[in-house]
Formats: sequence, C-alpha cells, structure tokens
Amino acid sequence: MSVMNIREAINQTLHEAMERDPSVILLGEDVAGGAGTAGGQEAIGGIWGTSTGLIGKFGPDRVIDTPISESAIVGAAAGAALAGMRPVAELMFADFIGVCGDQLINQIAKFRYMFGGEARCPVVVRLIYGAGMNAAAQHSQAFYNLLTAIPGLKVAMPTTPADAKGLLNEALHGDDPVMFFEHKALYGKKGEVPDGVHRVPFGHARMVREGGDVTIVAFGRMVSFAEKAADKLAEEGIGCDIIDPRTTSPLDEEAILDSVEQTGRLVVVDECPPRCGLAADVTAMVAQKAFTSLDAPPECVTAPHTPVPFSPELERAYVPGPPAIEAAVRRTLDWG
Amino acid sequence: MQYSQDGLLRAYRRMATIRQFEERLHEEIAKGEIPGFTHLYAGQEAAAVGVCEHLDKDDMIVSTHRGHGHCIAKGCDVSGMMKEIYGSREGLCKGRGGSMHIADTSIGMLGANGIVGAGAPQAVGAAIAAKAKGNGKVAIAFSGDGACNQGTTFEAMNMAAVIKVPAIFVFENNHYSEHTGDRYAVGTALDIASRAEAFGMKAWRANGCDFYDTFETMAALLDHVRSTNLPAAIELDTERFYGHFEGDPQRYRAKGEVDRLREERDALKIFRASPVTQQHFGSAELDAVDAEVAAQIDAAVDAARKAERPDPSHVTEDVYAEY
Ligand SMILES: Cc1ncc(C[n+]2csc(CCOP(=O)(O)OP(=O)(O)O)c2C)c(N)n1
Repeated sequence: MSVMNIREAINQTLHEAMERDPSVILLGEDVAGGAGTAGGQEAIGGIWGTSTGLIGKFGPDRVIDTPISESAIVGAAAGAALAGMRPVAELMFADFIGVCGDQLINQIAKFRYMFGGEARCPVVVRLIYGAGMNAAAQHSQAFYNLLTAIPGLKVAMPTTPADAKGLLNEALHGDDPVMFFEHKALYGKKGEVPDGVHRVPFGHARMVREGGDVTIVAFGRMVSFAEKAADKLAEEGIGCDIIDPRTTSPLDEEAILDSVEQTGRLVVVDECPPRCGLAADVTAMVAQKAFTSLDAPPECVTAPHTPVPFSPELERAYVPGPPAIEAAVRRTLDWG
Repeated sequence: MQYSQDGLLRAYRRMATIRQFEERLHEEIAKGEIPGFTHLYAGQEAAAVGVCEHLDKDDMIVSTHRGHGHCIAKGCDVSGMMKEIYGSREGLCKGRGGSMHIADTSIGMLGANGIVGAGAPQAVGAAIAAKAKGNGKVAIAFSGDGACNQGTTFEAMNMAAVIKVPAIFVFENNHYSEHTGDRYAVGTALDIASRAEAFGMKAWRANGCDFYDTFETMAALLDHVRSTNLPAAIELDTERFYGHFEGDPQRYRAKGEVDRLREERDALKIFRASPVTQQHFGSAELDAVDAEVAAQIDAAVDAARKAERPDPSHVTEDVYAEY
C-alpha cells in the first residue's frame, strides 16, 4: 500500500500497464506534450499531469501526441483496438464527446454486437469531466449519463485513488470499450492504493458507509458531498448508507436494492441535469423493483436543467452540494 | 494604399486597447481576482485589428477561446467584456459565459467558443445568411493553427467552396496549439493556407504581427470575396506573448523566446516604427492614445469590481423549460 492522490494513481497504473503489456498505447492532445517545440516532448505530461513520465519510458510510438482532432483520436483508437492493440485515448475534457460522438456512439459501442460478437474493441477513453473550476458551459459537463445510455459501452467513474487504479486496471484487462470518467476536482484526493495489479470488478458498488436510516446513492464527486451531509446528519443520530456505484454501466442494482430494502428511503445524488440522468435512472429502477420497500418517495438531488454557468455564484448554485443532500434526506424522513 | 489619420488612430487605439486589456488581466488573474480559464491574446493584436478594420457592424465574425482581441477589434464594449470576465451579472453575457464565451450578436460578434474548431462551420452559416439576404456582407471565422486540424474546419472549408458563400477563414498561426508545435501538428509538408487552396479557395499569407501587411492583404482578399461571393482564406503568421492559458508554465518554449518575440515581433512596436505611421503622426499622439486607453481600462476594472453579482436564482434563466 502507498498513499497517493487520484492523479498519481492513474499515472502509476498507466506506467505499470504499459510495462506489462506492449499492446497498451496512449494517445491524445499533449499527452506527451511539447512535440514540435523548442522545449521538446515531456515538457508537460498531459495538461492534467496524468501521463507524466510515460513518453520518456515508452517513446513516441506508444505515447502519441495528436493534433487537435478528437474524432480522429477516438476513431484511431477504435481501429487500433480492432487491430489488436489496447489504446487509451484521452479526451482532455469530457465535453469534447460532442466532437467525436460518432466514433464513440455509432462505432466503438457497436462493433462487438453488430459484428456478431466476434470483434473486440478494448478501447479505454479517459474523459475528464465535471463542474467546479468556473470553466463554463463547454468545459464543465458531467455527461456520464449520455454514455451510460449507450448499449455496448462500459462506464466507470472512480472516486478514490484505490478505485482509480482498480477500475483502470480492470478496463485495461477487459475486452470491451470503457468510458473512464475522471472528475477534475477529485484529482488531488488522497488515499491508500494497493501495490501491484489491483483490480476492481465492474458492476460492484463500494459501500462507503452504513447508517441504516436512509440510502444515499451518489455518483462521482457527489460521493464526498454525500459524506459531508451524512456527517452532519450523524450528529443528530440520523444514519445514512452511502453507496458509490463506481460503474454506471454495468450498475450494481443489487447493492442499491439491498440497502433500500433495509432503510426504506432513497436519495440519489447526481451531477447531471435532472432529465435522463442517473438520478432519474436509479429512482426508476428502485420504484420498479423495490416499490413496497419504500417508506417515502425517492429524492433526486441533481444539477438544474441548464448549461453549466461561468460565474462562481451561479456555478455554486448549479453544483449539488451537501446542504441540498441533507435537506433531501430530511424530506424522506419527514414524509407521512 | 491610402490611409487616413483617423483610420490609423482608430486601428492603433484598438491594438493598444487589446494589449492593455490583456496585460491588466494578466495582473488581476495573478491576484486571484478572476475565476475560470483565461487565454490571453497579447501579441496577436495586428491580426484581429488588421482583419476587423475592414468590417462594418453587419459583417460577422466568429471567434475562438482566445477571443478578447477579436471582440475588441469588432467593437464590443470593453467595460461589458471586463464585467463578463469578472463573472458579473452586468457582463455582456450576464456572467454566464466568462472569458471563453463572449458574444454580442448586435454588432456581428457571433461568439467566442470554448470548443476548438467549432467556429468555422458557423461562419459558413453566417455567410449563407449574407448570401441569402444579398446584403454584400461577409462572415469571418478566426481559427488557430491547432483548430485547422479539426474535421469541422476541413468540412467547413469544403462546404463553403462547394456552395459558394462569402466565408473567410482567418488562420492565426501563433505556432502553438496548447503545448504542441505547429511544425508537428500541422505537418511539415503543408502550410495552412495551402490546405485552403486544396479545397479550391484562393488563399493569402501575411505577417500577423504587422498591421499594414495584414490590413493590405485583407483588402485584396475582401475585394476578391466581395466581387465573387466566393470563400477565401488567409494565414497570419503571429505570436502569443503569454502562456496558452494563464498559469501555464510554458516549459515547451525556448529560453528567452518570449523576450525575443517582444523585441522583434511586437505589433505595437512594429506599427510605431512603420514609415506609414511616421508620415501621419509623431509618437506623442500615440502616447496620448496609450494614456487614454490606460484610463479606460482602469475604469473598466473598477466598474467590474463594483458591478452587480449574479444571484443564485438566476441560474435557471433563459432555459426554455424548468424541471
Ligand atoms: C474540441 C476541443 N479540443 C481541445 C480543446 C482544448 N484546447 C483549448 S485551446 C487548444 C489549443 C488551440 O490551439 P490553436 O487553435 O492553435 O489556438 P491558440 O490557442 O494557439 O490560440 C486546445 C487543444 C478544446 N477547447 N476543444
């Protein structure tokens, strides 16, 4: 075990995977950084610092700085995967899904099914997502809801350094395309990370804590906000189960249903806007499969139905925070 | 080319405004006064002004993430821009867009853009509108050397050539896309202008640090576009003086590179040193402009600091439905 943050955990996992497996390659804008400049490559290890040191070790055939061409980046990753490689493609901001939508949605997601189950497309697309940096509407979107809705894609979203390593290793071992969502505000979060090839299977939620009165299902950055809200509620003797699904596709329905059966109350916290987001999805699932266990209507705590605003005051109002979660928990307890 | 004293003073004032606006932002950002991502345009003034001085209010431009210079050159209210960058309710976009998303469609500034390569097709659309209205207007897409690698830019150039509309692709080659060099990412065999030529467009090249060269080359380009209603392109060789974004440590630059650029490639110095300028003014007149601009920027920062902040309840405004 060593203590590191999520940025370092991802960097370490990429180093180890590339050492182990020569078919792992990395491509994206500035992932080596500085190609064609006086400073030379390795001037910067990706703008998020997650690919630091890779170019020096593995060279430009495996750590590929690309032009600004998301459609070609993701499409090339698809082609390389069909040809036997394991490409990791980086979308510097998840918002750029908009530029490469076809390659993700109509191509990568479809190959295995459409080609009769034979073709394998083990691409990992790393998407840096989320609000919190006042980066405004085109650099702050959560968007995991969009790709979760596409059959054929797996979607992972680690919230701890250990899970960042475990889920990324799992993605790099599997044979399916994985959309790997990294929240920009979580990169500095520290924790213990197991040494070696630590893997976390997809579709297994992390039970963050058990409290017994209310079930909170929280996604991505919202997990830490749920913990804050639960700490506050615990002072009054209100105990929350907090579930971090870790992957949204596949989703660990069982963990959620088991908890709701105990508590009878559900709050889902999702950074996406309310319509067609994960909060709507999970509450629908629970209403269908555990209706009689519910003692109160499920609560959705989400961003509002707007693009992400720039101004700090507005962005704070946009991002669901601990007070909104706390209030939602209280509403489930106050109910009839 | 004939130049009027007024026209030149206006061009200088706009370049000086861009420069001082950017230098002031650089200081205020370092103090932590300004939220979000800011990409400074300083160094590229002659490009925006050399292009936009030919335009009137109804000609249209679409801009990039590095849009402050284009906004000022097209005539956006500097105080409204500053308020926007500070995130105020009184900003040009009510504090919802910030530095990367400033627009004022009432003066043909159709928007800065946080998505690299998104602007070129929009300029084609604006050119379709100009052609349909038959008003003789043009639409300009500003793009960088990085943006010229996006499929959207290629598709836009091809479509403009096919449907024959007065779209103008202005490529400001400052030699960097973030931290990657143009000689790597654009490819070594082709320059950007020859890409446009490959789509069947006429293309020009000019020194984007020299107002006169940019302005005169644009005059030839616009003659062509306005007389034929066909698209055209221009590649401007220019420089950025600051990092890609504020906070960028710029390790990809050569030692002393920025000092050399500020010495040899400074649009304002080049403008002052030009024989054309010297025929028209002494440096005292230009110094006076600098002083006026400095007062205007001071006032804009002051106003931005005092301006009304948004209220959390404003977050759901201007969306067609609430849930
Ligand atoms: C679609 C998309 N990809 C990547 C980015 C991240 N990004 C912002 S600016 C930039 C470089 C743009 O380079 P260039 O077009 O040369 O303009 P410059 O920054 O030099 O003005 C990149 C890669 C983005 N904003 N949008």
